[in-house]
Amino acid sequence: MKDPYQNRRLVIGGIILFTGILYLIRLLILQVLDTSYKLSAESNSRQREIEYPGRGLILDRNGKVLASNEPVYDLMMIPRKTESFDTLALCSMLGIQRAELDKGIQSALQYSRYKPYPVVRQIDARRFAILEEQLFKYKGFYVQTRTRRIYPEGIASHVIGYMGEIDLNEIRQDPYYAVGDYLGQSGLELQYEKELRGRKGIRYQLVDVFNQVKGSYEGGRYDTLPEPGKNLLTTLNSELQKYGELLMTHKSGSIVAIEPATGEILCMVSSPSFDLNKLTGRERTRQFEALSADTLEPLFNRATMSRYAPGSIFKIVQALIGLDLGVIRPQTGFKCDKSLIGCHNHPEATNLKKAIQYSCNPYFYQVYRRIILRRQSSNIFTDSELGLADWQKKVMSFGLGQLLQIDLPGVSPGFIPGPEFYDTWYGRHRWAFSTIYSNCNGQGEVETVPVQIANLAAIIANRGYYYVPHFIRSIGEKGELPEVYRMPHHPDVNAAYYPVVINAMRAVIYEPSGTGRRAQVPGVIVCGKTGTVQNNQGEDHSGFFAFAPMQHPAIAISVYVEHAGSGGFWAAMIASLMMEKYLNGEVTQAEKEKMVLEYKQF
Amino acid sequence: MMLTGKNTLVRIDWLTVILFVLLTGFGWLNLFSATYDEGLPVSLFSFASRYSKQFYYILAALVIAFLVMITDGKVWGAFAYLVYGLTVGLSILVLFIGREINGARSWIILGPVSFQPAEFMKAGMALLLAKLLSRFDFKIHRLHNLFLILLFTGLPMVLVFFQNDTGTMLVFLALILVLFREGLSGYVLIFGGIAAALFFLTLVFPLSVFLPVITIIALLLTWLYQHNFKYFLWGVISFSLLFGTVFLVNRMTSSGWSYSRVFFVASLSAFFLWAILIYRYRLNSLYLFLFAWIGATLLIFSVDMVFHDLLEPHQQARISQLLGLVHDPLGTGYNLNQSKIAIGSGGFFGKGFLRGTQTRFNFVPEQSTDFIFSTVGEEWGFLGSLLVIGSFSGLLIRLIFLAERQRSVFSRVFGYSVVSILFFHFAVNIGMVIGLVPVIGIPLPFFSYGGSSLLTFTLLLFIMLRLDTSRYEVIN
Repeated sequence: MKDPYQNRRLVIGGIILFTGILYLIRLLILQVLDTSYKLSAESNSRQREIEYPGRGLILDRNGKVLASNEPVYDLMMIPRKTESFDTLALCSMLGIQRAELDKGIQSALQYSRYKPYPVVRQIDARRFAILEEQLFKYKGFYVQTRTRRIYPEGIASHVIGYMGEIDLNEIRQDPYYAVGDYLGQSGLELQYEKELRGRKGIRYQLVDVFNQVKGSYEGGRYDTLPEPGKNLLTTLNSELQKYGELLMTHKSGSIVAIEPATGEILCMVSSPSFDLNKLTGRERTRQFEALSADTLEPLFNRATMSRYAPGSIFKIVQALIGLDLGVIRPQTGFKCDKSLIGCHNHPEATNLKKAIQYSCNPYFYQVYRRIILRRQSSNIFTDSELGLADWQKKVMSFGLGQLLQIDLPGVSPGFIPGPEFYDTWYGRHRWAFSTIYSNCNGQGEVETVPVQIANLAAIIANRGYYYVPHFIRSIGEKGELPEVYRMPHHPDVNAAYYPVVINAMRAVIYEPSGTGRRAQVPGVIVCGKTGTVQNNQGEDHSGFFAFAPMQHPAIAISVYVEHAGSGGFWAAMIASLMMEKYLNGEVTQAEKEKMVLEYKQF
Repeated sequence: MMLTGKNTLVRIDWLTVILFVLLTGFGWLNLFSATYDEGLPVSLFSFASRYSKQFYYILAALVIAFLVMITDGKVWGAFAYLVYGLTVGLSILVLFIGREINGARSWIILGPVSFQPAEFMKAGMALLLAKLLSRFDFKIHRLHNLFLILLFTGLPMVLVFFQNDTGTMLVFLALILVLFREGLSGYVLIFGGIAAALFFLTLVFPLSVFLPVITIIALLLTWLYQHNFKYFLWGVISFSLLFGTVFLVNRMTSSGWSYSRVFFVASLSAFFLWAILIYRYRLNSLYLFLFAWIGATLLIFSVDMVFHDLLEPHQQARISQLLGLVHDPLGTGYNLNQSKIAIGSGGFFGKGFLRGTQTRFNFVPEQSTDFIFSTVGEEWGFLGSLLVIGSFSGLLIRLIFLAERQRSVFSRVFGYSVVSILFFHFAVNIGMVIGLVPVIGIPLPFFSYGGSSLLTFTLLLFIMLRLDTSRYEVIN
């Protein structure tokens, strides 16, 4: 029997062959010609994991640890990979409120659906141990190990500085950072951020669809190891720093001590201060807000940023400039004419030494007058202008009124007025000495910051030069000191005149009617000068600067106690205790110490 | 008459057997790769992992193949109705006692054994169709015969539909190839193909573009077929006039009809106008085009309705995904996208056995079942794809050859049924994995994990081989 439909087998076979060939063409395109799928497969299964290096330690000059690290853990979330999960269980494991978790998740969603975001930060080791076991239940979450700063000594907060989380602007500026990274926000942490942070390591790992690690990618060929941050050996003497902070408790003000021969800063106290240990971890934000709102401004580093008039301390500079310009001699005497400028009662200043010893204001009125008006022009206005310009230049050569290259962010330059300043205020040739005379004893428009005054003490201690004050001794194992700290600076006065003022500064401390007798230190000869700083916010600031021992100075110091009255009182006493502590290793002036500790401003 | 085992082995079509062993063996290797967990190695002989379970299923399939080969071939013809009835009965039973897995209520669980009656119903259906079409003096175009076929194929489809297993339901549609071979008009295939094409095209192109194009094509075909430019010209002119009139009326009365509705009204008017003209001038040869055109137009207008009202949302999503109407690689398109990534990353030579990162780390959902081909593509590359597609095509062509050399209609129809069912699974499964066919959940024969499916395909194949060995003994 003939089958009329037999040829239809060809149609059916044709359909089958057509389908097979069509699929093979499609597969050829998919597998061989189109390479984009290979890349997709890689990004699918390859995870880039960042390994954070340990941040460099901050050490004092003897290697004592001031800032170190402990591990903490961030819970990271990749929104795209998450599934619904038990939020309450997660919250209770982490010990946080539901609202906090929700906030974190909201931020993660806003940030990116594909990139990891730290939803819960700074989980401590104990909670992490609990979380780790349960983590597999939370798809799209993983834990990123980080380190957190701890401060074993709890001192020098302003110098060390605090850490803070990076904001999006900073990430845009420096692609090294990622969301959730911490970096130095102030102090040495900020100044030496690049050295301290080290370099992140990158590890590529193969992950499965649940982001569980299944092994290293290509045997770790593309991985880089994290490079630990460099340790920072600082110049701080933690004993002295600690003692200074103790003395300054309940007072506003600052202490800066410098080793004159090197410019190394031995201590820098700013009071009131804060506890860095409270500015880490999960409480940081709240603590920080409280500190920012505090009217005593504990976050403000008075030692580098507070611009005070230097007061009578400035008379030392005036004396040196006067001698250098030849307008006075060591024997020059002036009557204490209180009609020129106010003064206290003291014996007659028959020479420069006595004028400094008694801190006679009219004397320095005369000195300043002679500096400014040197008959360089018959016109008094031009004469004042030329004189002031010379004076400004010389004053600034002492490191005043200019930004010292101290390795700390946020240092104020202070201010030394020049002709341009008064020109803008009064107009050119519309001011003369009579307008600016109040600069004579470090009031008027003259402004300095405490660290500059300590440096001034160092200049005198060195008899005519200084190294820029700094905190760094060595970065890393055998780091070199930057050039800027190895170069001596010489103020523009003849070094021959320093012994004159040094003798006077000794007299301030030791001779009768000297204003700084409270600064004496047993067994050491101290040279210093008091400064009682008038200000428009209330009682005078108590200021003092000194160096010791007189012959081979080991420490130069400046002390300011805000609104504490005469410079010869609190500031001189504190300076005395500090110098004794540093030079003798222990404090024997128990009575003085007790008084200082019992003096509370707040 | 019982054949001796020796005779059977001599006469068995070894090429088919070799292809069967190749596909099953290669299938198991890929299943192993997709389900093997290095962290949890499971012995091949335990029952704890999919690859070891599948190993037992393969053994069972071989036993069944052997049993089929030593049984008299005539039992299948004799018990065709019974087998059909039995499998249909099980499918009814599953509606009541079945277990729901992955949304389909299609599993019967008896202690440690679970199976899907719908799979076995494919074998029952093939036997029944063979029996039905091999009845003496069977003419396919007789109405009551068509009705019988519709009834016997419709019943399993309805049952599977109620089990919520759309994929398997569509498998039965593949039997239209058998009917075509046995004499069903070729137009059924052509119109079926055109209707499917129109369905998808309508979803892709806006009606306002698509409808005029269809009309122009219809008119052009008239011209070519009739070699009469005059008809074409009159057609275009009259349609344009009608369309313009309706358009203007719509404009002036501000009825606010949409463009497609204007076109639809114009089309209906044109249809009646042309029908009258064709009747008046006795242009009988143009009837076919006229009705094809109106059929297409009506179909196009019904697509929206079918798409939105008859299809489930996930089916709509899969079709939209396939046609590129939506791009959602993380949502509805996730499976397909991951599958394409896995296959595409395989390259020409593949990443090697157990070396596919997408496979090993479970990026492709349902990889051991419906998406097993992505493992082939990733680990064995284009060469693996070539092997699988080549083997399947070879097997199907070989089966056609076997079917054609049968002297009994029963054997031939059964052979074509096997071809149709196997082909549908092959084409739809691989087509879906490489993104040419909407995602329809049916397994790849001999590859996908699952005992019911493997046993059914083995049964179908070896019944055919058994019938083939005794092809000289039976006349009917």
